[in-house]
Amino acid sequence: MKRLKSNFLNMFLVLSGITLIAAYTLTSVYLHTKDTIQKSLLTKQLSDVNSVLPAHASVDTLPVVIKEGDENLKVYRAYDSTGNIVGAAVESSSNNGYKSRIDIMVGFDRSGRIINYNVLKHDETLGLGSLMQNWFRTGKSSILDRNICNCNLSVSKDGGDIDAITAATISSRAFLFAVRNAYFAFTSHVETVSKVQQSKSDSTMNVIESISKINKYVPKTR
Amino acid sequence: MTYILIFISAVFVNNIVFSQFLGICPLLGVSRKINTALGMTAAVAFVLTLSTIFTYTVQKLVLQPFHVEFLRTITFVLIIASLVQLVEIVLKKVSHSIYHALGIYLPLITTNCVILGVALLVVKGDFNLIESVVFAISTAIGFGMALVIFAGIREQLSLLKLPKSMDGIPTALIAAGLLAMAFMGFAGIVK
Amino acid sequence: MKDSGYTIIVKGLVTQNPVLVLTLGMCPTLATTTSALNGMSMGLATLLVLLGSNIVVSLLKNIISDKIRIPAYVVVIATFVSVIDMLIHANFPALHESLGIFIPLIVVNCIVLGRAEAFASKNNVFRSALDGLAMGLGFTLALTLLGVIRELLGSGKIFGLVIYSEHYGALLFVLAPGAFITLGFLISFLNKLKKTLTLKGNKNHL
Repeated sequence: MKRLKSNFLNMFLVLSGITLIAAYTLTSVYLHTKDTIQKSLLTKQLSDVNSVLPAHASVDTLPVVIKEGDENLKVYRAYDSTGNIVGAAVESSSNNGYKSRIDIMVGFDRSGRIINYNVLKHDETLGLGSLMQNWFRTGKSSILDRNICNCNLSVSKDGGDIDAITAATISSRAFLFAVRNAYFAFTSHVETVSKVQQSKSDSTMNVIESISKINKYVPKTR
Repeated sequence: MTYILIFISAVFVNNIVFSQFLGICPLLGVSRKINTALGMTAAVAFVLTLSTIFTYTVQKLVLQPFHVEFLRTITFVLIIASLVQLVEIVLKKVSHSIYHALGIYLPLITTNCVILGVALLVVKGDFNLIESVVFAISTAIGFGMALVIFAGIREQLSLLKLPKSMDGIPTALIAAGLLAMAFMGFAGIVK
Repeated sequence: MKDSGYTIIVKGLVTQNPVLVLTLGMCPTLATTTSALNGMSMGLATLLVLLGSNIVVSLLKNIISDKIRIPAYVVVIATFVSVIDMLIHANFPALHESLGIFIPLIVVNCIVLGRAEAFASKNNVFRSALDGLAMGLGFTLALTLLGVIRELLGSGKIFGLVIYSEHYGALLFVLAPGAFITLGFLISFLNKLKKTLTLKGNKNHL
């Protein structure tokens, strides 16, 4: 069989045909994989949340979103079997990593003690900043079991209590910034939790505008 | 201020060639002489800026509103390929001198991963239109800088007598590695 | 003269290895070989795209006229890339995360368009599939090799298996400069090896 000559009609038909088949293939694969992709994202999110929380019976499926400056913090509350809050996992981030953004998940118990943390996403230097997943768990650099009320969660160079990762101070600063933010989100949230639940109990996602605003204008005795 | 940060970050810190690994083929291919390196840079800068505007617009006006982001790769590739063709045709008609200077680099650009890479990075970084354009131009400058520096080094290297097995690509790669190491020194200056 | 099936395979894997001999597709080669697993996955993803696009291009070679060749090939390749992209996202989300934008960038990998243009558009389906497989395997082989070397020197592991403590690893090899330098030395080593082998071969003939 000889190759077709290039005339307008057959060029048009062939290209359209190929494009249509391509579009059909892509759409069917998309529809086929969409649910699996969604499910794997949810599973990952759930395991991220569960890995940092204290023992609990159930946890929010949809987080409460708190805006703080440019950052969106997501708070997943955890409950015991009777429905009391036992703690929360806070997804927090910092734009001031060495290269780009750092996303972390920090879990607190009711009193604000840090139970565990997890680095979700980062682009820090391999072997230096990337050590953060394990660095802040041991010795003088550990943030575990600490409560921000009675310690200063910043690097020792800045007068804080935490030893920065060797040769990765910027990464450490960004990490601790995200931890502090998570803590503020957690405390401010615990104070307003009942109010939010009452006013917007039917909505699926509650958005609190700004932590500082709440702290300023909401009277604490209500 | 954001624009300056984007600029410095794209040119030095996250240099497209030495830390993102995009555009290595032209780096090894057309960087034997400084002049060809400059020509390639100009062509890339031109197409990159145009294509970023187009892909950004399509992403925001078509792909996102209709939830067909799974068609992103194919759409972007087609936009870039047609754009390169279009630029070639227009340049041929409008300015013969520019066409002569840039023309031979244009066909190479379709398979230059810098163009598609930047289009995808813009989507990933969630830039607005002006930020995207600044990012595209800065990336082109970063690319050009890498190419020109590298061409300078290779012009010197070509005068040396090297072991046979190291001559050509291996030496070029190792020199690129040393340059990449130098560029690592820029990391963190945006802070 | 047409190559035999055996020659096609040897060409793809060794004598015309896309990375180590033709030095094509450098971007994913350097960027994704921070570990052996990443390198191998990238290689396999490219292999699937190459195989698919070679088969389809070869099937359609007679109805695609010369002038629309490139756009038609690009659409075929981009379709395969998107399909692979979605399949990886669905089945290996962690891998999808670590390979990042280099999966969609397979589209502009010169090897894929190059083989469609230089081989599949002139050969029958079987030979094109064989060529896609061979070239893809050659690419995978090179990327895995590079990944193994970088992972071993950089973090003391091979495929995540600890060989020696990470403390003694030279971080450089996992970072950007290490990619260039390792590949440079690897290619020059192979050049040397080839030369020695051909010299030996010639002696045997004499």
